[in-house]
Amino acid sequence: MTSVFGKITESFQTFKTHRLRSFLTILGIIIGVTTVIAILSLIEGLNRAVSEQVQSIGSDLIFLQKFTWISTGQQDLDKLADRPDLTPDDAEAISKLPSVEIAIPDIDRRLSKLKYRDKEVSNPTIAGSDENYSYVNNHFVESGRDFTEDDILHRRSVGILGSYVASQLFPEESPIGKDLHINGHRIKIIGVFKEKGTFIGQSLDNFVLIPYTLHEKFFPRERGSIFSRVYGGYSIDIKPKLDKIDEVVDEVRELMRRRHGLGFDKEDDFELNTQQMLMDLYKNITRIGFAAIIAIAAISLVVGGIGIMNIMLVSVAERTREIGIRKAVGASNQNILLQFLTESIVLALIGGIIGIILGVLLAKLISAVSPLKAAVSFWMVMLGFGFSAAVGIFFGIYPARRAASLNPIEALRYE
Amino acid sequence: MKKHTVICRAINICKTYWRGKVAVEALRGVNIDIKNNDYTSIMGPSGSGKSTLVHILSCLDTPTSGEYYLEDKLISTYTDLELAKIRNEFFGFVFQSFSLLPRLTALDNVALPLMYSGVNKQARVNRAKDILAKTGLSDRMHHRPNEMSGGECQRVAIARALINNPKVIFADEPTGNLDSRTGTEIMELFDQLVEEGNTVVMVTHDSNVAAHARKIVKLKDGLIEHD
Repeated sequence: MTSVFGKITESFQTFKTHRLRSFLTILGIIIGVTTVIAILSLIEGLNRAVSEQVQSIGSDLIFLQKFTWISTGQQDLDKLADRPDLTPDDAEAISKLPSVEIAIPDIDRRLSKLKYRDKEVSNPTIAGSDENYSYVNNHFVESGRDFTEDDILHRRSVGILGSYVASQLFPEESPIGKDLHINGHRIKIIGVFKEKGTFIGQSLDNFVLIPYTLHEKFFPRERGSIFSRVYGGYSIDIKPKLDKIDEVVDEVRELMRRRHGLGFDKEDDFELNTQQMLMDLYKNITRIGFAAIIAIAAISLVVGGIGIMNIMLVSVAERTREIGIRKAVGASNQNILLQFLTESIVLALIGGIIGIILGVLLAKLISAVSPLKAAVSFWMVMLGFGFSAAVGIFFGIYPARRAASLNPIEALRYE
Repeated sequence: MKKHTVICRAINICKTYWRGKVAVEALRGVNIDIKNNDYTSIMGPSGSGKSTLVHILSCLDTPTSGEYYLEDKLISTYTDLELAKIRNEFFGFVFQSFSLLPRLTALDNVALPLMYSGVNKQARVNRAKDILAKTGLSDRMHHRPNEMSGGECQRVAIARALINNPKVIFADEPTGNLDSRTGTEIMELFDQLVEEGNTVVMVTHDSNVAAHARKIVKLKDGLIEHD
């Protein structure tokens, strides 16, 4: 058997004699691989962006709330509203669980605007929590100081600004030590948080954090709208111990069922939310769309493959005499099979390589002119390679077999 | 190899093929021996079955019935793969129409059989150069068939047939496409090859050509007329 390299160089010679035809043959593969690579890298870019954003919520945190982030089907708000409110006491009890490092109460309320002299910021969130908020959320104070236990216990009128609020209200001076009015109450600014960025276009720094004890005073809980009864209460942010992440959900669940006095036949009246659920949701929503796009690209690969098969059949017919001569001088059926199969694989791979290059360029171009950021990974390149090789083999095998099975005498007589 | 050892022994070879619905009996029981260093001409009018016989002897085709021994091995039952190996290692073939690959140079055409014997590239090139020199084509090595004359092409084809040191060289009307002067040159080359100990079986309908051979086999209607 001849060397693979020899066969490949031989294939190239064949293509050289039919440049235009070879190019047109692989055009389908080029288009197919280009689309696959471009789409995959854009999807990958989108996935990475979303996963970064979701992680910014707090990568390992579990949120104990009255409602679930992800509802399957119709949610009965009335039922959710009737669930017992979660309390800072719950947070304290959860903190004592062996698998929990710490749990904090977290409550927030959105204001339409916040003013400081002639400056204002719209839709800020006024959040209430305790001195462990920055540690749990891995979001620390950049200037000024954090809360102390005393600030919380004594319900001191102090607040820490998110960096966006600070930059909007105090563009030229330090906000530390300044007074701010929230819902008619005065607080003293003691610190400013580090910048956190944006999530789905929303600033994560558009908030003011105050002690939750103070929050209760500023925004007394009214048994008003059903909406506020479901969403307005405390959420408990739970930070599990690193090696106990698997146990946390069960332990918290058991504790809360006990605290709420639920019998074994009763459903949970609380929900445990994780950012993993958001990722799963995202993946579920996008999976079908991505699958459809990939299917379309796959179809173009199949069309490309049919093109290759067609031209290989023509090539076998044209070279019948050559096949006869080769057989006469000792080529076995397998030699002929491999020769034509190599040709179709090399053809498809050339198309694949051009497609990979064009796909990467296309992805970069889209990245450059649109907010979508493409991310090309090595596995996509391998996939493009593998796909085109597979197309070459799959659609090349039939013409190659046909060539191999030619009778030498008939092939020699062929004119 | 000893002189006059039988290389090819065909016993009662028949070949029937179908042209549409009509059975054509090309060979109807042919017995023939090819011995070492034989110089045999197979003669006969067209349709006598001479080409078919030489195709069967050279393992390009298989007989419908009969036994064919190659060095005492019955090869009528060999598989395609085994026959390919025999064509490659035992036989050289020279065709009327040269049958060179148009895209390959003379050198590559000559080296082609060695590719299928698994000889490495450098050794292939070296052997092909030697053989081409012997057939007087050293200055045509890198030419393609369309850049050469008919006589040169046939010399390339002969070189190709010789490259694997074949036990038998088959030639099917080797001078049929050549003018008489070139034809004579080619026949002189064959004479020289036999002189050097090669075994040649030649199909021809030209008695001048057949006269070069030491043995003439006449075929008519698929049977040997006179041995």
